[in-house]
Amino acid sequence: MRSTRALARTGASMSDTSVSIKDLKLALPPGSDRAYAVDGVSFDLTAGKILCVVGESGSGKSMCAHALMGLLPDTVIAEAGEISFGGQDLLKLDEDGWLGLRGHRIAMVFQEPMTALNPLMRIGDQIAEMFEAHGLLTPKERKQKAVSLLREVGLPDPERSVRAYPHQLSGGQRQRAMIAMALALEPAVLVADEPTTALDVTTQAQILRLIRDLQRSRNMAVMFITHDFGVVTDIADRVVVLQHGKVVEQGVADDVLSRPQHPYTRALLAAVPKLQPPSRASRLDRPKVVEVVGLEKTYVSGGGWFQPTRSVQAAKEVSFDIFQGETLGLVGESGSGKSSIARLIMRLIEPDRGTVRLGETDLTRIHGKTLREQRKRIQMVFQDPFASLNPRRKVGNIITDGPIAHGTEPAAARARAHELLGLVGLNASAMERYPHEFSGGQRQRIGIARALALDPEILVADEAVSALDVSVQAQVLNLLEDLKTRLGLSMLFITHDLRVAAQICDRIAVMQRGSIVELRPAAALFSAPEHPYTRELLAAVPGQISSSKAA
Amino acid sequence: MRQFWRLMLRNPGGLIGLVILTIAIAIAVFGPLLFPTSPWRMVQRPFLPPFTLSGLPLGTDALGRDVMAGIIYGARVSLLVGLVSTLAALAIGVPVGAAAGYFGGRIGDALMRFTEFFQTVPSFALAIVLVAVLQPSIVSIVIAIAIVSWPPVARLVRGEVLSLRTREYVQAAIVTGQTNSWIIWREILPNALSPVIVLASLMVATAILLESSLSFLGLGDPNLMSWGYMVGAGRTVIRQAWWITVFPGIAILISVLALNLIGEGLNDALNPRLGKNGR
Repeated sequence: MRSTRALARTGASMSDTSVSIKDLKLALPPGSDRAYAVDGVSFDLTAGKILCVVGESGSGKSMCAHALMGLLPDTVIAEAGEISFGGQDLLKLDEDGWLGLRGHRIAMVFQEPMTALNPLMRIGDQIAEMFEAHGLLTPKERKQKAVSLLREVGLPDPERSVRAYPHQLSGGQRQRAMIAMALALEPAVLVADEPTTALDVTTQAQILRLIRDLQRSRNMAVMFITHDFGVVTDIADRVVVLQHGKVVEQGVADDVLSRPQHPYTRALLAAVPKLQPPSRASRLDRPKVVEVVGLEKTYVSGGGWFQPTRSVQAAKEVSFDIFQGETLGLVGESGSGKSSIARLIMRLIEPDRGTVRLGETDLTRIHGKTLREQRKRIQMVFQDPFASLNPRRKVGNIITDGPIAHGTEPAAARARAHELLGLVGLNASAMERYPHEFSGGQRQRIGIARALALDPEILVADEAVSALDVSVQAQVLNLLEDLKTRLGLSMLFITHDLRVAAQICDRIAVMQRGSIVELRPAAALFSAPEHPYTRELLAAVPGQISSSKAA
Repeated sequence: MRQFWRLMLRNPGGLIGLVILTIAIAIAVFGPLLFPTSPWRMVQRPFLPPFTLSGLPLGTDALGRDVMAGIIYGARVSLLVGLVSTLAALAIGVPVGAAAGYFGGRIGDALMRFTEFFQTVPSFALAIVLVAVLQPSIVSIVIAIAIVSWPPVARLVRGEVLSLRTREYVQAAIVTGQTNSWIIWREILPNALSPVIVLASLMVATAILLESSLSFLGLGDPNLMSWGYMVGAGRTVIRQAWWITVFPGIAILISVLALNLIGEGLNDALNPRLGKNGR
C-alpha cells in the first residue's frame, strides 16, 4: 500500500493534469431507462483549477464523481474507459488500493452535510479519524490538527467547535466541517458533489468563496458538480456540460457561458431566470382576496422531565394582503418561517394568534364541516413532486378525490379532470396511470391540476419549482403564470430562489426569523432594496457577474 | 404486483416457506378425506412404534390412536387458530394504531396507554387466564390469542401513520377537504400496509405456538385434536414412546419455520430497499 502511495505522488508531480478520465462508460442494470449512466465521457482535472460538471438530474454527473471515488453502486459496471490518476487506472483498483487513496489523495464533499457526518461523534473526532484511518500522527497531534483545520475553514471558535456534535452546528458550519475533513490529508483532488445545494444563498456564497480560496492556496484540482449555472459562473475555470450521460460541450468557463455552442447548453443558459423582474401593472387597486393580520406561531419542543423547553418563533406579527389577480412572493432563507406561513394560511397548522380572512370568511375561526367546505377556495401546490402524490392512487383519482368530496358527481369530476390535464399540458391517458410513471415536472403538473380541480380563488405554491431542473422549472413557471391569468387566480408564491421570485411575483415579501422585513413591488425591491437583510440576500445570489456582463 | 411476486419467488427461503405452507393448507383441507376416521378413535394396540404397520406410518399413542391422523386433524386446528386469531388481532390493532397515530394528542395518548396496559401483562399468563375464565374452546382460544397479540400491531401501525401523516400527499388530501376517515383509509393505510403484512405472517407463527402451548397445558378445545395437545399427552411417556411427542413437535416446528420464512420473504419483497445486497 505504501508503495502505491509513493507511486501516486511521483505520478502526480509529473504534469499539471492530476486526473484524466477517458471514454468512461458506466453501464446501468438492465431495465433502466437508458443503457449507460455515463457514455463515453472524457475530461481532465488540472491542479489548481476548478472543473464544473453541469447537468440536469439524471445526466450522470454524480455517477462520474462516484466513479472517481470508487463508490459506484454494485449494479453499475464500468464497461470501458479509464480514469488515470498518478499513473494508475482507478477503474482497475482493488479495495485495498482505494483505502490508501480515498481521503488521502482524493477527497469528497457531499451534498447533505447532516447525513454525511456521523451524528454521534464530535466534529474533532471525525476529523481525527481521517488521520487515524491512514495511520498518521499521534492522537495529540491529530487533535491539534483538527483545531487548525477548523480555523482554516473559518468555523467560529475552533477550540469549542471540535467538541461540538453535528446537530449543534448550522448547515453552513456543518459543510465547513465536512470540507475540513476532506482537506485533512491535503488531497490532490477534491470532488464536491452539489456541496451548496442544501444551503441558503448567503451561506452558499460563503462556502463557494471558501472552496475557491482553499483550492488556490493548496493548488488542488477540484471537480465541482452542480446543476446551478449561477454557481458555475462564480466558481468554474472549466465547464463540462452533461446530457443523458454524454458530454455535449466542454471548455473554458467564459467561452461556454458567454458563447455556448451546443443547443442544449444554450437552452440551459436561457432557462436560468433573470434577476431583473419584468415590468408589471400594479394590482393594488383591486379587491383584497386574502387578508392576513398579526399571524403568530411559536413551536415549542422538548419540555420533558429532564429537558428545558425550546421554542422557535416561526411567525411574528405577520400581516399582508393579497389582491385579486396578484402574485405575492414570500422569500427568505430556510428557517425564516415562510413555509410555516403557507401552512398557517392553509390551516394545516393552528396559529397562536392572528387571523387569515378569505373575503368575508375568517379561516382561523371555523371547524369541522364548515372548514372542509371552505378549504376549496384556497389550494396548494407542494414542493416535492415525488412526495405530494399518493403512490398507490391513480392520477385520475388523485385529481377527482377533491371535487367528489365536495359533492361533484364522479362522472362530471372525471370529465373536468380530463380538461384539467389538457390545461396543464398532459395527455388525458394519464388518468389511468400511477404517479411513479411520470417525471418530476409532469408530477408537478398533476399537483397543479389537483389544486385547480376545486376551482380555487387562491393558489399557494410552496417552493413549487425548487425540486425541478431549470428547463422544467421554466416550463412550470410559465404554466403557473398562464393559468393564473386565464383563470383569474391570485397566488402566494413561496420560494428561496430570488431569480424565480423576480420572474413571477408582482410584490415580494422578504422574511427573516419569522417576520416580514420588507414588502414591496418586485421591481422596486430588486432595484433599490431598503432593508440590509434584503441587500445581503440579493448580493448573495450566485452568477450575477455574467448576467450583468450580458446586460 | 407482478414485481412483488417476482421478488418473492426469487427469495429461496420465502419460496420454500410458501411451498410448505401450501402443502400444510392442502393437508388441512383434504386430509380428513383420506383419513375419514376420527383421530380420537382407537385403531390399534397402544404404543405401536412408527413404520411397523403400513396403515399406521407414525404409530399409535398411549391409547392406541393413530398419530398420523392426529397430526392431519391437528393441522386444521393450528392453521385455523393461527389465521383467525391473527385476523382478529389485526382487526383490533390496526384501527387503534391508526387512530392513535392520526389524531395524536390526547386521543393518541389514551389509546397508547391502553395498549401499553396490555403489553405490561405477560402475554402467555394473560392468555391462560382468559381461556380458563372463558372455558376452553376454539372460540375462547382465538379470542385469548387475539387479545394478547394486538398491541405490537397497534404500535407498528401508529409509528407508520405518524410518519405518513406528515407526507405532502396527506396534507394535500386535508387541503382538498377530505374527511379524516377517508384520509386514513385511502391515503394512509394502503401505504402503511407492507410492514403490517410482514408482521402478520410472523404473528400467525406465534399464534400457532401459543395455541400449542395452551393445548399442551390442557387448555385446548377438548373436542379438537391439536398438535400441542398431542405433545402434552405424550410428554409423560416420552422415554418409552418418543414418536408420540416428536412427530407433532416436528409439525409445529415446520409450520412455524415456514411462516417465518414467508415473513422474511415478504419483508424482502415489500421493502426491496432493505435488501441484504443493497448498500
